[in-house]
Amino acid sequence: MVLARPEVTPEAPAPPDRTAARRPGRARRAAVRAGLMVPPVVFFALFFGRPVAAIVGRGFHDGGSWRPGRLAEVLGRPEIRDVLWFTTWQALASTALTLLLALPGAYVLARFDFPGRRLLRAVVTVPFVLPTVVVGTAFLALVGRGGLLDELWGVRLDTTVWAILLAHVFFNYAVVVRTVGGLWAQLDPRQEEAARVLGATRLGAWRRVTLPALAPAVAAAALMVFLFTYTSFGVVQILGGPAYATLEAEIYRQTAQLLDLSTAAVLTLTQFAAVGAVLAVHAWTVRRRETALRLVDPATTARRPRGAGQWTLLGAVLASIALLLLLPPAVLVARSFGGPEALTFYRALQDAGASGGTFLVPPLQTVWNSLQYALAATAIALLIGGCAAAALSRDAGRLVRGLDALLMLPLGVSAVTVGFGFLITLDEPPLDLRSSWILVPLAQALVGVPFVVRVMLPVLRAVDTRLREAAAVLGASPWRVWREVDLPLVRRAVLVAAGFAFAVSLGEFGATVFIARPDNPTLPVAVARLLGRPGALNYGQAMALSTILMVVCAVALLLLERLRTDRSGEF
Amino acid sequence: MPDSENPDSGMPPAVSPSAAVPPGSGEPGGALLALEGVTVRFGGRAALDGVDLAVAAHETVCVLGPSGSGKSTLLRVVAGLQPPDTGRVLLAGADQRGVPPHRRGLGLMFQDHQLFPQRDVAGNVDFGLRVRGAGRAERAARVAELLELVGLPGAGRRAVAALSGGEQQRVALARALAPNPRLLMLDEPFGQLDRGLRERLVTELRALFGRLGTTVLAVTHDQGEAFALADRVVVMRDGRIAQTGTPLEVWRRPADEFVARFLGFDNVVAATVTGTAADTPWGRLPVPAGSPEGARRLLVRPAGVRPAEGAGGLRCTVAGRVFRGHHVAVRLRPDAAGAPPLEAEWPLREAPEEGAEVGVRFAPEEIVVLG
Amino acid sequence: MTTTHPAPHSARTGTSRTRTVRLAAGALAAALGVTALAACGGGSGQASGGGDSKTVTLVTHDSFNASPAVLKEFTRRTGYTVKVLKSGDAGEAVNKAILTKGAPQGDVFFGVDNTLLSRALDNGLFQPYEAKGLDRIPAAVQLDRGKHRVTPVDTGDICVNYDKKYFADKKLAPPATFDDLAEPAYKDLLVTENPERSSPGLGFLLGTAAAYGDDGWTGYWKKLRANGVKVVDSWELAYNQEFSGSAGGKQAKGDRPLVVSYASSPPVEVLYAKPQPKEAPTGVATGTCFRQTEFAGLLTGAKNEAGGKALIDFLIGKRFQEDVPLQMFVNPVAGDAALPALFTRHGARIDAPATLAPEKIAAHRDQWIQTWSSLVLK
Repeated sequence: MVLARPEVTPEAPAPPDRTAARRPGRARRAAVRAGLMVPPVVFFALFFGRPVAAIVGRGFHDGGSWRPGRLAEVLGRPEIRDVLWFTTWQALASTALTLLLALPGAYVLARFDFPGRRLLRAVVTVPFVLPTVVVGTAFLALVGRGGLLDELWGVRLDTTVWAILLAHVFFNYAVVVRTVGGLWAQLDPRQEEAARVLGATRLGAWRRVTLPALAPAVAAAALMVFLFTYTSFGVVQILGGPAYATLEAEIYRQTAQLLDLSTAAVLTLTQFAAVGAVLAVHAWTVRRRETALRLVDPATTARRPRGAGQWTLLGAVLASIALLLLLPPAVLVARSFGGPEALTFYRALQDAGASGGTFLVPPLQTVWNSLQYALAATAIALLIGGCAAAALSRDAGRLVRGLDALLMLPLGVSAVTVGFGFLITLDEPPLDLRSSWILVPLAQALVGVPFVVRVMLPVLRAVDTRLREAAAVLGASPWRVWREVDLPLVRRAVLVAAGFAFAVSLGEFGATVFIARPDNPTLPVAVARLLGRPGALNYGQAMALSTILMVVCAVALLLLERLRTDRSGEF
Repeated sequence: MPDSENPDSGMPPAVSPSAAVPPGSGEPGGALLALEGVTVRFGGRAALDGVDLAVAAHETVCVLGPSGSGKSTLLRVVAGLQPPDTGRVLLAGADQRGVPPHRRGLGLMFQDHQLFPQRDVAGNVDFGLRVRGAGRAERAARVAELLELVGLPGAGRRAVAALSGGEQQRVALARALAPNPRLLMLDEPFGQLDRGLRERLVTELRALFGRLGTTVLAVTHDQGEAFALADRVVVMRDGRIAQTGTPLEVWRRPADEFVARFLGFDNVVAATVTGTAADTPWGRLPVPAGSPEGARRLLVRPAGVRPAEGAGGLRCTVAGRVFRGHHVAVRLRPDAAGAPPLEAEWPLREAPEEGAEVGVRFAPEEIVVLG
Repeated sequence: MTTTHPAPHSARTGTSRTRTVRLAAGALAAALGVTALAACGGGSGQASGGGDSKTVTLVTHDSFNASPAVLKEFTRRTGYTVKVLKSGDAGEAVNKAILTKGAPQGDVFFGVDNTLLSRALDNGLFQPYEAKGLDRIPAAVQLDRGKHRVTPVDTGDICVNYDKKYFADKKLAPPATFDDLAEPAYKDLLVTENPERSSPGLGFLLGTAAAYGDDGWTGYWKKLRANGVKVVDSWELAYNQEFSGSAGGKQAKGDRPLVVSYASSPPVEVLYAKPQPKEAPTGVATGTCFRQTEFAGLLTGAKNEAGGKALIDFLIGKRFQEDVPLQMFVNPVAGDAALPALFTRHGARIDAPATLAPEKIAAHRDQWIQTWSSLVLK
């Protein structure tokens, strides 16, 4: 990183003062970068690296000696091979399908100006933050028994792979819209215009100008979707039926149910290797294409649709959003009002007694629990991810840039592995956190940090470095430069990142359920618990609570949209 | 480069304005800025190669050179944005090694201004004051004062994206001046402006710097700008200083063929000088007394190529002519074999038609034997 | 514009340097902050976890519940406050306890049932303690009588539930026994859960193994399969989606009138209906039940042994035992605990549930599940 340029030319040995003369500036920058890296490194070492290493280590260190031979032994089992094959192909298919359906959506939401656009952008993000329990339930309402397709045409997709794929699209639509669309809205349309004037066709201009600029974002989005679907757990289990199992589900089974840590360790390593390989390929492709982009105010790039083609596109996108993204939650909402009186289930939420023994507190209390956890997790994720992004955006060398990919790894590691790892590593003072509330936001932040980094890093890297120099020459310290130049330019990215981190934390289910906790359940946990009880009131309350979760998410995201447009008016 | 030989911008002012310290007074010891043996390498290439340079307080120095000659690197080294591989930068006698840009107290106007897009005009101008912790009232007063100074009174609330190139230029200048930098550096300050605006701004700036007593280090590739702005001109070539002097000195006596050609003079030939005469492919030319003797390069300024009376002088064919307002630039092809073409400046009335046969003579006062 | 001389900069150098230092310090502080925050959290967790002798920590599964009033009663009587730590579903909670053996998360563990008991005992999870009041508990459920490492707290029965309306409409008698389920009359009616992933599913499998023996149960499942048994992954899916008798299943238009669930499901169905019906919409096939017994034990390495012992005594005390049915929908083990009216009115009496010795379950479970998978899923 510091040694990017050769310090000494071999033919002319340097005079003694030469290295001394260039050291201070570089040393300071290196020190700042190192200082910025400290929080992320400490965080990941304590709350990711060590727990995962410990649990995997225990799996291989069986009966007093190391048993690396387990690897081949486990991977040779045909049922494990089946799991690997299914995991991979369904992830690839889900990613392709998501891109196919969501890229037009990203374009429409970025470049077309139509009433309700902002609302729609917030709405498409809601599914992403819903807990898998709720998504599974909502999706069953569409493709499952008695679902809409069943009613209309007698088509049932549950327990087929199609249900899984469609649910993955439902889940990850927002990833593409926000990652790609966010950038698309900020690309200067004049670049494409310039290409048109130079004789390129509309498609040609898009392919040669816009696509290369978008490619890193598309790659990042595809990577995210692949990771999410590769490690899919709840959706596969609820919609797929017993015939389908992903690697993640198998790891859960081996760890939590069978306590076969050695098989689980092999599978964890396998998943780790697969995810690592994907991340490496991604880092490589992005690096090759990363360029300083000319970004403009997103408000100036949106136009009202013109011509039959554009209206058709808009209509098609709106229809697909309505069918895929709005319909399942709509059924869920309808069911939440399905009591004897419209508000029966909602009233019951305020009353701990109504749910019998399900909770010690009124279920509504879980909304506040969730909000508090999510805020804490967002703060941690922004601090850790912000430091990492800031450090990685400086003229970093290969080593530091590699960290960029490393930060993504938590997305590829099973929540159960991390949760069980916590149990055996965070058991000694001063880090005996096993029964502390902080463990929940820490675990949630682990998933939030990659979002923060991925959203902020490309924008930070796109900031013209001479703007920073201009500020420095005017007397701004590095910290001040960051605050005055980088931060305002990336504020949008920070907000988007915060929104993602918040939403992910709010709906986070995996880590939360695997962590032992005092009885202040989060909203998704409460939904799962209600669904695990018989009776109309419990089922209805689960629907009502899911509806509240969706509304909270939608409001939070809508606020974010508004906030972000107000600020970006300054651009 | 003949097109820059415009008498208005190309001719240097005969004397420096009274407010400025006389050129050449920046002795290294008392210089505000001193570079000593500064070298910067990028890969194997030296962007700066052992540069020594001093700028005295209140002096305006222009570094002039083609692109790639290292002038921007020079500014970045002084600003602390680029650490030198060798050598020292001293500001008011203090070695700047290890001093980060924000603690050098300099002003730098970037080639493309680099205004902060998210701030309005006032937010840009008062940036340097703000980061130094100046109060709101003080900042407002200073912004008003500077906007007045650069001719944009009341523009504080305007968005920078809505400004024209010239206005951005002025805002960038006001921003650089606001914290009272001890040295103001300008990187191609007029590069993106149209000609009329550029000439007006150069004049305004020169007057302004004179009035404020600002010490200025500017870099440009346009000798017209350099000559109009500077007390002293530094011509750079491939990371080295080719010549230093007042605009008049440089104009009158380019140090070598590179400087001469960079200034737009193309009538350069090999010559053998003996006493007050030189043998050249154009024949035997008179040279000023005291010129160095022997095998030399010799420059004839276009103004020194005159029509010969009668049938005498060097016989040439007119190969082309370009109207330049006050004169016509005439391109002549000598009939003599092996003689390079000649550039001449003739009054409009005297200029022959293309293809005409003319005879030329040479005026010794416009002939320079190069070093 | 009056200033003609550069402003002095030396004065500012100090502040700027401080800023750089502050930046580095800030980054460090942030890092330390996270650690400190974590440490604080750990500290408080530690304090309430056991270092504080006034708190006793109960590690349990997600289904654990107790009325706040009952827990307050415990505090009033003993001076200890209970901190409840929920640790996932039953299997997960036991596995976590095994994983943290030696540095347990709390003092008492509740929720290990007879399907998991051997694993817990073999791993030395518990230390012996003979609870006060054991004489009120039937010997049949005291599975560790010799050593008293665990104390039974409740029992629950996993049984096939039926949709009363369906069978009334079809004028068909609902099934009563395992054998009935394989009858052609009940073809394509039963939905059960994957025993690999669901504890009622496992209970049902164990019930058939108990009823038909080591050699007979595979034959029974072949018949069930031929009779169109449907297998889903979770109780939630089976009960709320596929089963036609539950509130959720009615909404989802479930079309299986038979489901593997609990004996307590019909009363709960009544409890959570609004308005409450006079009669439960579902019934229990009493000859298809497998009995689960849940135990509590004092964890090895408990920091508050005295408090833990008091808590175990309390768990089998009358007050807690009578709270159990409506909190966890299982039956109390203590003979003197009265059942709530809801259970006596809508619940079924299971007189002869299938049972299996924990050692036998431990020895065969994995192999049975594997055999079952290849028999039913493939």
